[in-house]
Formats: sequence, structure tokens, C-alpha cells
Amino acid sequence: MKKLKINSNSILLLITIALFVAMYIAGCIVYADKGFTRLQTFLNILINNAGLICIAAGTTCVMLTGGIDISVGSVVAMDCMILAVGIEEWGWKSQTLILLVLVIGIVFGVVQGYCIAYLGIQPFIVTMAGLFFARGMTAVICTDQVSIVSDEFFVKLANFKINMPFGAYENKKGILQVPYVRITVILALIVVVLIFLMLKYTRFGRSIYAVGGNSQSAELMGLDVRKTKMKTYVLASFLASIGGICYCLNTMCGTTTQGTGLEMDAISSAVIGGTLLTGGVGNVFGTLIGVLINGTISTLVKSHGKLVSSWANIVTAILLCFFIVLQAVLAKIKESKKA
Amino acid sequence: MDSNIALTMRGICMTFPGVKALDNVDFTLKKGEIRALMGENGAGKSTLIKCLTGVNKFEAGEIHVDGIEGPIVNKDTMDAQKKGISTVYQEVNLCPNLSVAENLFIGREPLTKIGTVNRRKMNQMAAKLMKDLDLDIEVTRNLEEYSLALQQMIAIARAVDMECKVLILDEPTSSLDDSEVEKLFGMMIKLKKQGVGIVFVTHFLEQVYAVCDGITVLRNGTLVGEYTVEELPRVQLVAAMMGKDFDDLASIKPEGTMDFSKVPLQIDAKGLSHAGTIKPFDLEIHKGEVVGLTGLLGSGRSELARAIYGADRAQTGTLKVAQKEVKIKSPIDAMNLGMGLLPDDRKAEGIIGDLSVRENIILAMQAKAGIFKKIPMSKQIEIADKYIEMLQIKTASKETLIKRLSGGNQQKAILARWLATNPDFLILDEPTRGIDIGTKTEIQKLVIKLAQEGKSLIFISSEIEEMLRTCNRMAVLRDGAKVGEISGDDMTQEGVMHAIAGGAHE
Repeated sequence: MKKLKINSNSILLLITIALFVAMYIAGCIVYADKGFTRLQTFLNILINNAGLICIAAGTTCVMLTGGIDISVGSVVAMDCMILAVGIEEWGWKSQTLILLVLVIGIVFGVVQGYCIAYLGIQPFIVTMAGLFFARGMTAVICTDQVSIVSDEFFVKLANFKINMPFGAYENKKGILQVPYVRITVILALIVVVLIFLMLKYTRFGRSIYAVGGNSQSAELMGLDVRKTKMKTYVLASFLASIGGICYCLNTMCGTTTQGTGLEMDAISSAVIGGTLLTGGVGNVFGTLIGVLINGTISTLVKSHGKLVSSWANIVTAILLCFFIVLQAVLAKIKESKKA
Repeated sequence: MDSNIALTMRGICMTFPGVKALDNVDFTLKKGEIRALMGENGAGKSTLIKCLTGVNKFEAGEIHVDGIEGPIVNKDTMDAQKKGISTVYQEVNLCPNLSVAENLFIGREPLTKIGTVNRRKMNQMAAKLMKDLDLDIEVTRNLEEYSLALQQMIAIARAVDMECKVLILDEPTSSLDDSEVEKLFGMMIKLKKQGVGIVFVTHFLEQVYAVCDGITVLRNGTLVGEYTVEELPRVQLVAAMMGKDFDDLASIKPEGTMDFSKVPLQIDAKGLSHAGTIKPFDLEIHKGEVVGLTGLLGSGRSELARAIYGADRAQTGTLKVAQKEVKIKSPIDAMNLGMGLLPDDRKAEGIIGDLSVRENIILAMQAKAGIFKKIPMSKQIEIADKYIEMLQIKTASKETLIKRLSGGNQQKAILARWLATNPDFLILDEPTRGIDIGTKTEIQKLVIKLAQEGKSLIFISSEIEEMLRTCNRMAVLRDGAKVGEISGDDMTQEGVMHAIAGGAHE
């Protein structure tokens, strides 16, 4: 049998999971009357954050290399606008547009990745340019809010419910309520599983960790550091586009302000999930929990009913501080153990 | 090629702009031999290694490695690794966040049928490798959980596992303690028995005699000789590195030793140290005395001076300047106490190439006065003219950019910079390096003249003869510590070399 090892990195993940469970149980106790105990409440967190899960998975990979990608929120907005305007004004088929959006994501990633990996420009600066460009493009395509109504396939996809085989109950009127998830949730969970496997079991995945751990060493050990970085940024932008499609399926519209600050949600989810900003440590499962924690916080604030939604931000801020301090403390302990 | 030979390099030549870094150097390494590559800094050790590993491109010469037909030229370190030449550096080049097994196999992991990493097989292979080398390491743990010494051994294990025939250890012991060094030596001997040829680059003389079979000495980019350890005892090794044929040394007594015991102290350091560069030392310097710091390059000569001057802030001990206890936090404090430092690396620390000779000369003076009290131009010109005349600095005019001057004249200009501040205590770190013999003599004369004027000086030089001519007393450094002082009758070439080489009995 394999022994369970607990090192400081898994401690971070365990704390995150424990925190999520504790938070959710607390919600169930305090807001039991508001339906917090129902399965659907949890599933709604997944449904609302499906896009963010995809995006954060990409952000995690980038952060593992020691980089950052702040363009993803704007990419989401651009994707939504292309889908909305494409369907409603250009009259394109949604299938074509989905493909187009994914290709745009890859091209976006190639450009950003090339600048970062091969030209050696700071990732923050490059992706900030990407942020402005994508946000600007969104407004160039259209400045109004465009709702998606006319594409049958897309509307069907958005309304498609996948019922759970358990957890059904009758509401006050005696109608049977079956808990469900949307197709976006399935997509997001597939992304998480694939990225998890990719990071753990492929050469590319392990190279990402090596580059984040010490890129100079990785180079000397014969890894192609620049190619690894490049591929990671392409992956992040591609996942941002998948996230954008999920986001669009949720909101069914395109606006210029869509997804504002989404990149920060992704980064905070990754950090809460145990990914180090310095790179090399973290995993995508932790990021998923991080997203769920963020989702739980806002559900809790909504359930209270009287609190302004900004309180969710404040709680997230406190959590972020807590996790960053925790990371620093663990790093110090590790250092002192070695000496 | 002899089947017993792991590596031969013949007639390697390499030029950096303006410098012949390697001139017709040979190097031979037998299978199962540990060979020390010795030489002072700048002797060409690292250049030779870099030529071998493909970092530098050499211009002439041939490299042969066992098992490969014909001469080889490596494109980069990866290429060299493929041909069986691996290097392990002082800083461990592994990834701390990955497991030991991954560090051993990353980039060449065993794969499953579907192309994913076969972690179980990788861990088994890693465990076997560790066991073969008698290392008690759990391969699934992260590398960062192990000590630096073990990390280094893991790095060596990685190199060895990559079918290496030639293992280059570049200063591997610098950050290890004694017991860790012992372990490393154990591993080196084990590898040697397996037939790996090891090139051991170090500046610790004792370690050379503890573990090596042969010694190759370089000096100024040329081969001094390839020896067995028995052929070359310690003192001869130092002589070979420093470029003195030991038997031919003429023993010249310094002329007329002066008695400084009644002269007041200018500098009185007790237990000064700076972590990582210089261990605690005591040093007294009287007014009008020239004290030489001697030792091999890297022995802590410059570092001792920097600790006094505050360039590396002293962490322990006390310092008295002119009998008053002072705290020097930075060089500006030292300057205000009448000190000056002429650094050894004049390109990096001394000259400011894009300023004129005049501006370079008044620089320290201006810094001492503070940036708000600009020295009037007429005064600047007067000072510049005075020192250009006094030191005979050869320059088109005082407004010529200093980078256009020759090395010797640049050196004089920096010396002028410190003389202009009228210091009581001046540290000269290699003031004569790389300048012609005539200028050297001038600077030596100037040192003696300054001492006669009552100034105290520290004089650092690699040339023992020059030190003997100028210094009243010499402090000896070895491996980052002051190990003794030489004065009076002991101040001979032989005495100094013996002191530098040290010995087990000490």
C-alpha cells in the first residue's frame, strides 16, 4: 500500500478542502430554511461558475510555470460578443462560431505565448496588452447588449438539463423537482479531469512544474523551457475560450462589460486552491475547490438577503490574505527544517 | 586512442576579445581517474570546461572522448551530455518542487503505451539507482526535503545514469560542511571504481590531496603541467599555480625592516567578519605602514578589505580608526573616516567609462562632499591637472572619456581619484594587475612614497615579489580566513608560499 504523504503542499490543499466543507456545512445550518441543504444549491454553484472553472484551470497552468495571464476575462467578453453578434447580426451558425471562437483563443495564446516565451517580455505586460486588445475588440464588434434568441442549436444547448438520478423532492405545490446540471458543468468537469491528468501524467505537464520550480535547471536538464511556456499560454487562452462559450451559454448575451475582473477571480481561486504565485506548486483540483469556495461565499451572501453583494469580495479578500500568509508561513517552516 | 583514456583535449585555443584565454592547452583524463583541474581565477579552468561542454566555442584543437570516433565538438551542454560528458555545478541545478525520481528522469521518463509518464516504473528505476549508489533517499519525496549535499549527490546520480564517461564537478564542495564533503568523496571514489573519469575543480588544496589521483595546472591560459599527486606536493602546486619555479627562487631579504611598535595605530580591527565571505579576523595597521594581504585568489583577500571598508558590512567585531571605535555601515562612512578603496575589478567597480578623466578623478571627492556641494569647475580642473601630471596619466586631454585610455592609465586615474580625497588609509586591491612593467614600478614607488608621508595602506597583489618590495608586513589568507602574519625575516618568496600553502600540521 502506498503511504499517504503529507507535505506542506498537500497541507495547503487539505486546508482548502476542509475550509470549503466547513463553510458549506455552516451554510446548511444557518440557511437550512432557504434551501441551502438542497442538492440544487450546490449544483447551481457549479452551473454559475462552469466558465470560471475552465478559465481558472488554464490560469493554474500558467501560474505553475511562474507566469500570469490577466487577459482571460476580456477574452471571455470577446467570445460572448462574437457568438452573440455572429448569431443575431451576421446570421452565422452557432457551430461555426464556436469553432471560430476556439481558433481565436488558440491564435490569441500563440501571440501572447510567443511574446512571453521567445521574446522574453514580462507575462504581466503581454497579457495586459491582451486584456486591453480583447476588451477593445469587444466594443469594436458591438457596443450594445446583444441577446441570443434566434439560433435553435445554441438555445437548446443552453437549456439542456441533465437530471440527477437522486436528490429529487416535491416542492410546496407538490411538483416533483429533479436536481439538474447544465451541459457547461459537464464540460467544465471534463476540463478539470483532463488538465489534472495532463499535469500529473504527461511530459508536458511535468515540464510545467519543472519550469515553475527552477527554469534554469529545467533548461540544463534538457527541457525546452520556451516551448513549454509557449504551449502553456496557448492552453490558457484556449481554455479561456471554452470558458467563454460556457459563460455565454449561461448568460445568453454579449456585452462590453461581460467577464470584467474574471481573470482576478481565476487567479484568486487558484491561490486559494493552493497554487503558488511563484510557480511550481499547486494543482487544478485545488483550483476547482477554490472556485467552489468563491461560489459558496457569494451564495452565502445572497442567502443572507440583506447584505450587499460586495461583501463577497471582502470575504474573498480576507481568504486570499489568509492563504498567502499561510503559504509564506509554510515556506518559512520548510526553510527552517532544512537548516 | 588508448582504450584506457576517457578524454583527451589537444591544443585547445580560445580567444576572448583582446585576451588569449586558452593557448594550446592539453588535458588528459584516464578512465577511473579523479583529476584536479587547478589554477588561479583567470587561469582558464572554467574556459577549458566550457569549451569541453560546448558553452564556449574553441578555435583550434581537438577533443576525443572514449567510444566516439574522431574529434568531437559539442554544440551545447545537452549535446555534451549525449556524448557522455556531464557537469555538476556548485549550485544544484535541479527542481526543488519535483520528486527525487522526477529530478533523476525528467525529460527521459519511462512512458506507458499511451504515451503518459509511467510513474511507478520511474520510481522503481530511481530507487534502484539510489540503492546502487548507497544513498538512503526516498525517491517519491520532493527534492527540497533533502540537504544540499544530498541534492548534489542526486544531481551526480542523474549525470552518472546518463551514461556519463566524464563527470565534471565544478566547485562541488563550496557549500558543503566537512561530513558532507566526506560523503561526496565516498561517492566519487565509488564512481571512480566504476570507471568514470572525474574532473574535479576546486580551490581547496586539502581536498585535492584527499581524493585526487592527478593534477592538471593551468596558468594564464596555458598548461603548466599534468602531474600525479605524488609528483606535486602542496608547495610545488602553489608555486605552479602562481608561476614561480620553486627551485629557482632567489631568497631576497627585504631591505631594512622598520619598527612600527611605537607608531600609533591607524586601523585596529578585532574579530570583524562578514558571513559567507570572510571569517572573523584581527588586523592592526600602524600609521605609515604598508600591510600586504596574500593568499590565492578567492582566499578572502578582497573580502577582508571590503569588510573593513564597509563595502560588505561587518557583522561581528569592532573597528578602531585612529584609536576611536567606529561603526562603518557603508563605504560613505569609510570615506568620511579618511579611507579609500581601489577595487580589483576596475571595469565593474572602478571606472565609469562614459565620464571623462577629470570627472572620474573628482568622483570620490564629490561623493565625500555630498551631491549638493558641487566642487567648482576651476577647482576640478586644478585637481585633475595636478594628478595627471603627478601620476603621468597618458591621456589626450583631461576631458577625454576614460574608456579610451589604456588599462594602466585607467588604473592611475582611479588611484588619483582616491588620492584627491587625501585619505589616511588606502586599500589597493590588485592595483598593478594587467598593466605594463614600467607603470607597475611607478605605482609601487608611489605606494612607498605615500607610506613615507604617514598614510597607512593595504596592498593586495597576486605577485609575491611586488608585495615583498612594497609591504612592511603581510597577512596570509586561506579559504576565507586570516591564518597568520609574516614579517621580518620570514618575508621571502619561500616563506610566503609555505604560508599560503599551509599544511596539515597547522
